[in-house]
Amino acid sequence: MNKIETKNLNLYYGTFHALKGITMSVKANTVTALIGPSGCGKSTYLRLFNRMNDLIPGVKIEGDVLLDEKDIYNNKGMRIDELRKKVGMVFQKPNPFPKSIFENVAYGLRVNGMNHASFVEERVETSLKQAALWDEVKDKLKKSAFALSGGQQQRLCIARALAIEPSVLLMDEPASALDPISTAKIEDLIYELKNKYTIIIVTHNMQQAGRVSDKTAFFYLGDLIEYNDTNIIFTNPTDPNTQSYVTGRFG
Amino acid sequence: MISSGISSLAVLLIVIFLFREGFSLFSTSPLENKNIIVVNKTNPVSKLNAGQIKAIFDQEITNWKDLGGNNDSIILFTINDISNYFSDEEVGAEFEFLPDKLNALVDSNPTMLAVYQDKYLAKKFSGKIVNVAKNNIPDFIMGKQWFPTAEPAVQLGVAPLILGTLLVSFFAILFALPVGLATAIYMAEVADERLRKILKPVIELLAGIPSVVYGFFGLIVIVPMIHDVFNLPVGETALAGSIVLGIMALPTIITVSEDAIRNTPRSMKEASLALGANKWQTIYRVVIPYSMSGISAAAILGIGRALGETMAVLMVTGNAAVMPKSLLQPVRTIPATIAAELGEAPAGGVHYQALFALGCILFLITMAINIWVQAISTRRKMNK
Amino acid sequence: MSKNLKEKIAFWIFRILSLGVLLILFWILEFIFVRGWHMLSWDFLTKMPEDGMTKGGIYPAIIGTLYLVAGSMIVAFPLGVMAGIYIHEYTLDSFFKRFIKLMTNNLAGIPSIVFGLFGMALFVNTMKFGDSIIAGSLTLGLLALPVVIRVTEEALIAIDDSFRHGSYALGATKLQTVRKVILPMAMPNIITGLILSIGRVSGETAPILFTVAAYFLPKLPTSLFDQVMALPYHLYVISTSGTKVAESRDMAYGTALVLVLFVLILNLLANALRKYLGNKVKMN
Repeated sequence: MNKIETKNLNLYYGTFHALKGITMSVKANTVTALIGPSGCGKSTYLRLFNRMNDLIPGVKIEGDVLLDEKDIYNNKGMRIDELRKKVGMVFQKPNPFPKSIFENVAYGLRVNGMNHASFVEERVETSLKQAALWDEVKDKLKKSAFALSGGQQQRLCIARALAIEPSVLLMDEPASALDPISTAKIEDLIYELKNKYTIIIVTHNMQQAGRVSDKTAFFYLGDLIEYNDTNIIFTNPTDPNTQSYVTGRFG
Repeated sequence: MISSGISSLAVLLIVIFLFREGFSLFSTSPLENKNIIVVNKTNPVSKLNAGQIKAIFDQEITNWKDLGGNNDSIILFTINDISNYFSDEEVGAEFEFLPDKLNALVDSNPTMLAVYQDKYLAKKFSGKIVNVAKNNIPDFIMGKQWFPTAEPAVQLGVAPLILGTLLVSFFAILFALPVGLATAIYMAEVADERLRKILKPVIELLAGIPSVVYGFFGLIVIVPMIHDVFNLPVGETALAGSIVLGIMALPTIITVSEDAIRNTPRSMKEASLALGANKWQTIYRVVIPYSMSGISAAAILGIGRALGETMAVLMVTGNAAVMPKSLLQPVRTIPATIAAELGEAPAGGVHYQALFALGCILFLITMAINIWVQAISTRRKMNK
Repeated sequence: MSKNLKEKIAFWIFRILSLGVLLILFWILEFIFVRGWHMLSWDFLTKMPEDGMTKGGIYPAIIGTLYLVAGSMIVAFPLGVMAGIYIHEYTLDSFFKRFIKLMTNNLAGIPSIVFGLFGMALFVNTMKFGDSIIAGSLTLGLLALPVVIRVTEEALIAIDDSFRHGSYALGATKLQTVRKVILPMAMPNIITGLILSIGRVSGETAPILFTVAAYFLPKLPTSLFDQVMALPYHLYVISTSGTKVAESRDMAYGTALVLVLFVLILNLLANALRKYLGNKVKMN
């Protein structure tokens, strides 16, 4: 059974054809890396699964996007906030809210009507532990999230996404704004999280894609050029474009 | 180099000229026209202040014991009463005998309080000149009576004017802040591009309409409306001022807070939406907290505009210098007082100085507000 | 109550309040246009007031306002533009820069009536100009100064540093760069801002009350030391303190309309200019 699937998916920004007939499926509890040069459509593709593209005026989407084999766009029973509870997202730059560490993690629970105090506390603690941040912040939960370092902020954002117990985690270049040590921590974390979540990660960093992902998809000018096991993509790609990209000859 | 300092120079000049005139008030006596107050030398009362003098003249105080003296009723004498005591011959054609006659009069009346100009003081004066307290800052700020042309002692209590200003401005903001904030949020986060394109120039235009036109509009439209709705004797009330000022403060509040709201990073809003929050939850849980300092700056700037506004308030509030008790009474604000009275106050006189002192108060308040707003916005920049 | 219902209610409240703001403006404009429109005629604009200002025109007030606008701009424009250039283009020590910015903002925040007091103390009494065009222009010029400084600064900020570096790379000095490259590029934006500050100055009443404005003058000014009538003060006078307030009501509507039209036209002009310039930049 496929966790996530798109069938012949086209996306337009006004007249610009940003995604061209993408058909692709992702199994549960795997890490899938989306790679490709800037503007190839990989971030746009990522943002399909929690419907973040809806926020941009003039976007038109054709084709099917399935989550747990249910269409998430043309489906009256699927409310957008319900979808976003199932599909968490971590952004390129750490973007904590101007609130305390605790309230940042509790945010998703509160906006979805889960306000019971002991439940929230327990969930915040679990999420922070999952994000490997608990030991560093357990004594300063009431402090502003801005007081944390960049790497800690990003792990806080991951904890925030985990708190509402999604089954899918979308990561849009989650380590691109971080130093190498923080990046390594995030990568370890991704490896851990794979046991519970299905992860899709956009990255510009080939080594990172190689280290963390099971499968890799190469996008180029809105087309899905090649999608296969990560070791095949990096060692024996079929398409010459993929070959030159993963070996660093363009992009 | 010099040109860059021009605004500092201007502020400096304003401070110098405003405060020089304003502060000279506190070295002058409230007695107008070089009057002096004279009593019998046996009278124990040797000091009076402006409020007491007015009370005596208004016959609210008629006994010396209320002034710390003996239990005798006060016989009040001013130069206009001269014919009750002396004939024209006795005074002399050129008033040459007047000083001695006045001296004798006070001498023979131990309970008399006489007010006359110092040029009529006798050479062999045998009475006592009462020491009149100079205008001073506490009485000026706390005094509840504003009669800057009262005879013989002016009453310069600005408490009613300060309270009037605060009352009108406070209710103006109370009305303008929610409306302005709602409009700012609507423009920044909810409205589509088309509607925003209509609203933006509308707000610019609202900011551009001269205050005297707002005043005129208030006078012809709002004032009669208040008169009819509340069934009042006059429509010129604090409420009318608040409504007009509220409308005038709207553009400031809307533009400043819209800018602040717009400055919320997109990624922060997306993070909230990605967690399943809807737009409204994102606005009140993330956007508003994030832009709080900008929004408070907007509110404070709006108050600053309202406090300093002159013409519109002058035209619609009825300008009664009494302690404000309700929104449905006429009040008078500091700027309106200056505008209404400066034309009639002779340059250099007590009244003129008092109006400059009012200007100083206004200047200090707005300066404090500006520095406050600056502090808020620097803090905001440092947080980013 | 579900969160989406709350959202709907909140947005409807916002929508209604925003519409309210729109309505307020239309209400004011409607009031002035509908009642003032029939007054608008060539005679109204070019005749002297008659019969205790209940009839005739508002010619001297229009002329007076034009004089004051011109006078204040002569004061504020060169000084303000120079100050703006200096603050933005020349590196100052940061404390000094912060201080100057604070003072400029403070100057902008001072109520106009305080400018009036100051103008009276300095220009009218101390410098002995008396109530005169020159005293009024200087006062209004000071009032417009922070606006001009800010507009200039913003126009300069909008110019990309690459233009400055390009000029330096060709060996130009700072002064040459500012004069030949930066100022010509910034000028259209500065002028747009200037038009808006003219709108502000032309409507100000409080600063001219005691420095120049005359209740009624039977003739036009002949020198800088004459008093003038001015549109906003004229409106104030005939709507409140004239002897025949009721009879001069129509004149007041007409005067208010002329004032608002003046501001409206300046606004439209500034917007058109901004749009035109925006397009020009895009084409480049």
